[in-house]
Amino acid sequence: MPVGQIAFLVDTTRCINCKTCEVACKDVNEGVVGVRIRQVRTFEGGEFPRVFAYAISMSCNHCEDPACVAACPAGAYTKRAGDGIVVHDPERCIGCRYCTWVCPYGAPQYDATAGRIRKCNLCVEELDRGRLPVCVTACPMRVIEVGRLADLETRPGATMLIRGVPSPDLTKPACVYLIRSEATDVR
Amino acid sequence: MTAPAESDDATHVVPVVCNHDCGGRCRLEAHVRGGRVVRITTDESPDLADRPQLRACLRGRAIGSRLNDPNRLLYPMKRVGARGEGRFERVSWDEAIDLVTSRLQRAVKTYGPGSVFIHHGNGDEGAISGVAAARRLMNLMGGHLAYYNSYTSACLNYTAPFITGRRDTSSYQTLPHSKLIVLNGFNPAETIFETNSCHYLARAKDAGAKVIVIDPRLTETAATFADEWLPLKPTTDVALFVAMAHVIVTEGLQDQAFLDTFCIGFDERHMPDGVPEGLSFRSYVLGAADGTPKTPEWAAPITGIDAATIRRVAIDYATHKPAQLLQGCGPQRHAYGEQSVRAGITLACMTGNLGRLGGGWGGGEGGRSLGLPIGGFPTGTNGVKARIPVFLWTDAVVRGTEMTERDGVKDGPLESNIKFIFNIAGNTLVNQHADINRTVAILRDERLVEFIVVSDQLLTPSARFADVLLPADHSLERNDLGSPWTGERYVVFGNKVVEPPGECCHEYWWLSRVAERLGLEPAFTEGKTREDWLRQIVAEARAGDASFPDYDELRSQGLYRKTPEPYVAFEKEIADPAHHPFATPSGRIEIFSKTLYDMQHPEIPGVPSYLAAWEGPEADLVGRYPLQCIGPHAKTRINSTYDENGWMEEAEPRTMWISRQDAAARHIADGDTVNVFNDRGALLARARVTRRMRPGVVSVPQGAWYTPDEHGVCHRGSVNILTSQRPTPLAHGNGQHTMLVDVRKA
Repeated sequence: MPVGQIAFLVDTTRCINCKTCEVACKDVNEGVVGVRIRQVRTFEGGEFPRVFAYAISMSCNHCEDPACVAACPAGAYTKRAGDGIVVHDPERCIGCRYCTWVCPYGAPQYDATAGRIRKCNLCVEELDRGRLPVCVTACPMRVIEVGRLADLETRPGATMLIRGVPSPDLTKPACVYLIRSEATDVR
Repeated sequence: MTAPAESDDATHVVPVVCNHDCGGRCRLEAHVRGGRVVRITTDESPDLADRPQLRACLRGRAIGSRLNDPNRLLYPMKRVGARGEGRFERVSWDEAIDLVTSRLQRAVKTYGPGSVFIHHGNGDEGAISGVAAARRLMNLMGGHLAYYNSYTSACLNYTAPFITGRRDTSSYQTLPHSKLIVLNGFNPAETIFETNSCHYLARAKDAGAKVIVIDPRLTETAATFADEWLPLKPTTDVALFVAMAHVIVTEGLQDQAFLDTFCIGFDERHMPDGVPEGLSFRSYVLGAADGTPKTPEWAAPITGIDAATIRRVAIDYATHKPAQLLQGCGPQRHAYGEQSVRAGITLACMTGNLGRLGGGWGGGEGGRSLGLPIGGFPTGTNGVKARIPVFLWTDAVVRGTEMTERDGVKDGPLESNIKFIFNIAGNTLVNQHADINRTVAILRDERLVEFIVVSDQLLTPSARFADVLLPADHSLERNDLGSPWTGERYVVFGNKVVEPPGECCHEYWWLSRVAERLGLEPAFTEGKTREDWLRQIVAEARAGDASFPDYDELRSQGLYRKTPEPYVAFEKEIADPAHHPFATPSGRIEIFSKTLYDMQHPEIPGVPSYLAAWEGPEADLVGRYPLQCIGPHAKTRINSTYDENGWMEEAEPRTMWISRQDAAARHIADGDTVNVFNDRGALLARARVTRRMRPGVVSVPQGAWYTPDEHGVCHRGSVNILTSQRPTPLAHGNGQHTMLVDVRKA
């Protein structure tokens, strides 16, 4: 993977909301119910019978201005130089949950059993071996990609302005989506 | 075992198979450390355009969670207390096998082998299933009461042969060749009808196909792919299709040459001999016989789809060629499911689409006959000739010997009512059959069914009704094969990666011990272990296909796959009708079926016709129960498998979908617990108040585990507490989606 901020791209126009990414992520991350490191949220709108629905699969967005890093009193979060991945060290985590309050995207998940936060680390062990994150290889529709943000954000239609999703101005998430017109943020 | 791949010093990665009862069949890899599955990944072969990976869905990805379920049944048990109470005590395998043997002998001696019923059970889709093994044993004992049909596709499989001679549908690889795709109640995004079904739908969209989805719910398939959503009232799809036919005929858009060449019964000029005038499909559509032209204006109030939309869709369908009309199994699981099948095929013929690449008609695009030469476990010959439609098994318990052809009995009469049941890897004994309250009342009466043997992995609602309850192994605890029942050409080898917990074992083992006690062991096993039979199946496949790998090769590769190709159903019949007639009495597609007409049954008309369903939107009962209820498949379950699984419940909780209008009228808010009820029973569900549901319709996904409180109200929301056991008229199939209910805040 070339150097530069790494990011996810999700083509929601072909996402069938099956949640396979979510379950595959859970499977590799110890599988605690209540800890949803990747989560697919469903949105709907319109008036019957002209109705639409779309799904947004999201984990940690590895933001360029990550609120969790700033808020963590234990120094458990690090934004890596080079690839910009926000990693969380459960050994340093004190379970205070400040990060869950400040993250606009609900990415940090509190594992009550362990008394620690769990969070997407972009499957760094897989990336280090030249492999892809599990959500990418799991998706039956092949709609999740990982790559350099600089490349992905220039993809035609790529956006982080999505109706129902917090504004990217807050933390500059390293994640972009291809969305259908109904999901366009009209704020 | 061949040397497994290693991902690190202690973890072995081994190919396994996801052998659940969806249409998909996916490749999985188990990461095993310290004798335990710690991680599941999926197909990692190159993901090629003409050979997309067999990526598992969320259920397959959760297979480790089910394997390691702390509630797995671990030991043989026998019932204590009343049947169905769910109280058991542990016994030894010897005691359990002795008990099964003696009760089986007693049933066969007292009532004959026809008193033994091996129930519908598809929880294990492996090459050597417990169900197949039980059939083999019974066939050595003189036979057993067999059934035909399934709970999946009774009307589809039974009816299509009357029209086209056989059920056959094109493959998903043909979808990108379609200009227009109509999906009637077809929802592969949630059912996963074949591993890559939605992948090919997406490719069709990328290639420019327009997609029209007919469904009372804005399903995930509709939300993702539909250019147009027709949220019709359940049970009325035939009215919609007939009105589309009216538009096509009156606009002169039908492919008359196709109809003249390949079909009988479309118009009066092409009718079989001995039939009065005015009974052709065209006459029915134009109202020549009954004075009612089946116009879009006629269909609009019936279907809830406005006439202009019906007209536009009909013209779109008739003018965009090739066009595929795919029906899911939901529409045929209705009161008159047979008519839905017939009307769909008829539209595909009127537009000249049948047998053409990118065109055609499909019953869920399944049941293709182009699979690999994979045999099964030989079950022998059944000495009992009588067969029942599976949906009438409770009737066969209560009045089996009185049942006749009118009940769908073939080669009858029955020699006995059902007295002994093997229920293996199945939840149809209670949960998946209709009208649970009637079913459990029958099962509780020990004078009716005298003995029930259940083998399963978990204490399902059906397992609670066992007299002897046996702990089954899991597909990751044995070597096995899996191949897709939709027809794509591959076989997955599933390795045994962990030891079964407790005293769990495969049914072949304990059935062999039963055979031993009966003196039938040599004939039953032929001296072979289960593994030997698997080797034999692979050897036989190799004999029919030189490129098929040998057993050990298959075992280490985990997959043998031929590159999927576009397969067009009925291509030969259309390309060369002189040499390839349709396998019907006339040799043509029978839009009018004289065979059906001659039955002279008011619910089995000569041509596909709209019949108002007994608990449909036009029924008098609407006055008392104003909401239609359907029981679609949930993405988190394969029928009832995985209902118990916490990961699935988290991914998408069990809910009842209700429109905002119907919820507001009942003061129901999103997330409220509601009571859904009719004269047959009641359940509790969490309301999902949504725009995605047609007003007047609610949906309670089938498969939740029946969990009654002291008043008999099901707290987990098993829809079958509301469904009816009334069979469909021709197939004697399950019309389980046809029901009326009301909902109130609990």
